[in-house]
Parts: sequence; structure tokens; C-alpha cells
Amino acid sequence: MTEPVAEENRRLTVFLVDDHAMFRAGVRAELGAHVEVVGEASTVAEAVTRIAATTPDVVLLDVHMPDGGGRAVLDAMRRSHPQVKFLALSVSDAAEDVIGLIRAGARGYVTKTISPDELAAAIRRVADGDAVFSPRLAGFVLDAFASRPDVPVADPELDQLTNREREVLRLLARGYAYKEIAKELFISIKTVETHVSNVLRKLQMSNRYELSRWAADRRLV
Amino acid sequence: MARHLGIPVTAVRIALVVLLSFNGLGLLLYAVFWAVLPQQLSTGARTRRDLALLLPFGAIGLGVILLQGLLFGDNGVAGTAGWLIAVTAVGAGVIWHQSDPTRRGQWADASPQAPWLAAVVAESDRRSFLFRFIGGGVLVAVGVIGILAVYAPAGNLSAVFNGVIFALVGLLGVGVVVAPLLWRTFSQLRSEREGRIREQERAEVAAMIHDQVLHTLALIQRNSTDIKEVQRLARGQERSLRNWLYKPSASPTERFAAALEQASAEVEDTYAISVETVVVGDTQCDESVAALVAAAREALVNAARHAGVQTVSLYAEVEAEELSVFVRDRGAGFDLTTVEDTRHGVRGSIVGRMKRHGGKAVIRSAPGDGTEVRLTLPVSRESVTAGKETAR
Repeated sequence: MTEPVAEENRRLTVFLVDDHAMFRAGVRAELGAHVEVVGEASTVAEAVTRIAATTPDVVLLDVHMPDGGGRAVLDAMRRSHPQVKFLALSVSDAAEDVIGLIRAGARGYVTKTISPDELAAAIRRVADGDAVFSPRLAGFVLDAFASRPDVPVADPELDQLTNREREVLRLLARGYAYKEIAKELFISIKTVETHVSNVLRKLQMSNRYELSRWAADRRLV
Repeated sequence: MARHLGIPVTAVRIALVVLLSFNGLGLLLYAVFWAVLPQQLSTGARTRRDLALLLPFGAIGLGVILLQGLLFGDNGVAGTAGWLIAVTAVGAGVIWHQSDPTRRGQWADASPQAPWLAAVVAESDRRSFLFRFIGGGVLVAVGVIGILAVYAPAGNLSAVFNGVIFALVGLLGVGVVVAPLLWRTFSQLRSEREGRIREQERAEVAAMIHDQVLHTLALIQRNSTDIKEVQRLARGQERSLRNWLYKPSASPTERFAAALEQASAEVEDTYAISVETVVVGDTQCDESVAALVAAAREALVNAARHAGVQTVSLYAEVEAEELSVFVRDRGAGFDLTTVEDTRHGVRGSIVGRMKRHGGKAVIRSAPGDGTEVRLTLPVSRESVTAGKETAR
């Protein structure tokens, strides 16, 4: 999945936050060809000060870290640096981990097993203001937003997915790249990106029971 | 003493208290028994506690002695007061008795003839504890109020109010004395229980790591030259750890999602690839659902064997009217028209199987563009359960 890069002349700046030095070194080596890694941090406190100093385009944020994890970094940075985009990165893929970060403002989520090319594409997409879902997260969102007769819908605008959004998520869960989704549904890539961004917004704003439950379980809200 | 007589301790004590009213006969008896049968109660380390145990009864005795004195003053009212003092003392005794957890255990030991009593006394249930505590308090209050009421024979209300206030003050005093003890007891119990739970959890984690993770690491070291094998081992271990951490266990023979996950795990293990499995919703397994899983497995095997890629996507969704499964790879692909009819894998195991169970299979592929197998199976409504919350 190679996407056309809008500004090839300006390399994206990326900041890594992960408490495993080996993982940071690996990502740095893999991404070196695609983006410019401007810094890294292994603790929440370090991340907060150094991100403020370097103001990167995108921060790759580990979900699980001591002292509050990626969530703590997001909480500290979102207000003061709204232009910095966050992409969550984790090994776990468990819904309750991911939902907390998305709801705290991360623009997307990928697993650490993602290939370097796909990671670079995801970083570009997040930097452009779009959203990135892993297949499993897409599946989870479909599950959480499934229409159920016993669940009252408080706000249809936020608590339900449109049919088109559902279709896009299904294809994401099936392992389709954005380009392939666009081809399959006869829409443009930009439209696919818009749909996914809308889903992300709903994920962040909706008060659906499933979402708030997972978030509350981990005291994330 | 109760053990010696073979009757419940409580019965003995009630009897003695009753006897007390007859000029301290009970007190006398108790003292005699206590002197005669010391070994029954004061064996070993219990001596000190048993002395403490006697305190309430000492209080009762005090009350009775007072009663005697008042009786000699031939005053009926004062006699009643003595009774009330006795009631007060009993209440205080009950509270005092409750305040010490070690003695509760002691109680249980000391009353083998009355297991019910032991059960009542050795409880760890806070509620009944509280209940008895309040009961004792009420006794004390009744005693004190009664005394004051009796000593105010004119029956004016202010005396009764004073009585109530005094009773409350008395209760407060008892509470102040007992509260730290209670607090310590509960925190002790709590930390003990927490410690036990932690220990159990630790043991479980240690066993899991030992049985699985260390074993896998040893195998990886031994097979470090064989990349495929290392990958397979690591992937298998990852899967089992993930299951252990995040998934409620469900039986693959009963649940659709669990069956699919098992199928993809088997394919991962056999062909050393990774299958990205995403299942939305869940349902009960029946014969045709099992056929759908088998067809999906076959599609995974085909992708693993022919596509030549490391990753295959498996996506399944449970909807109200149908189950759908998509198996997709970005591998070599093939020209559908060139597949001979004798190729059992595709024709028989996938297309034919789905057809037999009322579903259908659509295969999309082109050389160099990967392959996608789409399986759909209509379902009867009642077999779709509310199993969505078990899915991740």
C-alpha cells in the first residue's frame, strides 16, 4: 500500500515514545528511509518535555508504559500542542486498551507487527489529518456500533454508523488497503479517508454503552 | 466448663446468670467450677485470654453483689436497679466478647459440642458481627435507661432523656474503646485475604510462564538456524499468551468465533504463516456453521500453500440473516479458468461444501493480484445469540 506523497520535498518529522529501547531502535531503522525521526523518549515525563521541544508532525505512542502509558502523554500534550498528531502503537490489540487512547485524541492505532511500509503509510495518513485503523480495531468498532434493539440510541448522529462507513470498516477488517477499498466501492481514496475519519470522530465522541464501559473499566474516562 | 458438662457454653452461662439472682448462687457455682476444672479452659497459651474471657462475668458478678447489697436495704426499686445493672453488664460483655478476633477463634475451639455456636461465633461475616455488636449496645442502653428511670420514681421525662443521653455517652465510650480493635481486626483480615489472592495469582502466572514461555524460548534457541520454525514457535506462543491475557475461553465446538480462531491457529502452526483473524459477533455452532468453518480453514490452507505470502487475513461477521467469512491474501493469485475440476481443494472442500449446506462460495483471484474467498451462509434467526459481547 504505497500512497502518493503530497510533499515529497518535506520529510515528515516523527517522534518515538516507547519504553523498550530495542523496539525504538528497530522502528528508527525501518522508518529511516521514509520519514525523519527527530527524537525518542522512554518515559512519560521525558516524552512530554521532548515532544514540546521538537514539535514533530507525528508521535508514535506506545499504549503500555509505566506511569500512565500513552494516555498520560496524550493528556499532557493534546491541549498545549494540538498540531501534533498521535498514532498509537501496541502489541495488545485489546479493545479496552485502544479505545482509551483513541478517545483521548489519538488519530489512529496500529499493531507493532505492522510492516515498515504500512507503518510509513499510516504515519503519512495521520499527518494529513486522516485516521488509521488496524483490521482488528475496525472489527471491534463494527462490533461496538452494531445496531441492537435493546440499546437505546441517544444521539443517532454520533451513536450509529452509516451504511457506507460500515462497508468501509468491513473492508478494512478484511485486510483491504485504502486504495483497494476505493476501487471496491467505486469511490475515491479521499472519500474512504473521510469515512474513516468520521468513524474516528464517532469513536471519540459517542457515548455508546460499549465504548464507555471499556473506557470506564480501565478508568480512562 | 461447658465441655465438662457436655452442654453449650451459652446455656451454662445463661443458667448461671439466672442462678445469680438467687443470692449469688450462680456466681459461687461458676467460681467453684472454674477453680475445679482449670485445665479445660486454661490450657497452654490460652490462660491470659481466658482470664479476659471472665471479665464480663466479673462484671455480672459485680452487678449481682450490688443487687444483694440493695436487697439487704429492702428496697424493691433498688432490686430492679440491680437487675438492670446486670443487663447492662451482659450487654457490655457481649460487646467485649466481640471485640477480639482471636477469642472468636478460641470460642470455636472451646465449644466442640456446639458447632452451630462455633459457626456463629467464628464467622468472618461483618454483618452478623455488626448485628451482635448493636444487640449488645442496645442491652447496655436499656440497662442504663432503666436504671435511671427507676431512680427517678416520679417518672419525669427529663430523667428519661438524661438516661438516653447517658446511654449514648456510654455507648460512645464503648465504641471509642472498641473501635481501634475492630479497625485493626478488619484490616488484618483484609490484608491477609489480599495476600492470599496475590499469592494465588503469582503462582498461576509462574506456572504459565514455566509451562509455555520458557519452553518455547528453549525450543527457539535450539532451532535458531531455522527461521521458519522460529517464526512458527514465536507466533504460536504469542497466540497462547494473548488468549491467556485477553480472551474468555470458549469451546471451539460450541462457538463460531472460537472455532474460527482455532482453525486459523492450526493453519498458522502448520504452515508457519500468520493469520490476521477478526471476528465480529458470535453465534452457536451447528452442522452448517461447522461446515462454514471447515471451508474457511480450507481456504486458509490454500492461501498458506499457494499464495507465497506471510500474512493472510480472515474476517468473519455474524449478521442477523447470514454469516460471512472472507479469506484474503495478497499473494500470487491464480487464473480461475485454469483450475481443473479435479482440484479437490477448491471445488469440493470449499464450493461444494458451502453449496451442500445452503451457502455459497465466491472466489476472486487474478494472477499477481492475490486471492479472496468469500463464504456466506444464511442462518435461521434463533441461532444467532446475543453473544456479541464475548467477541473482541
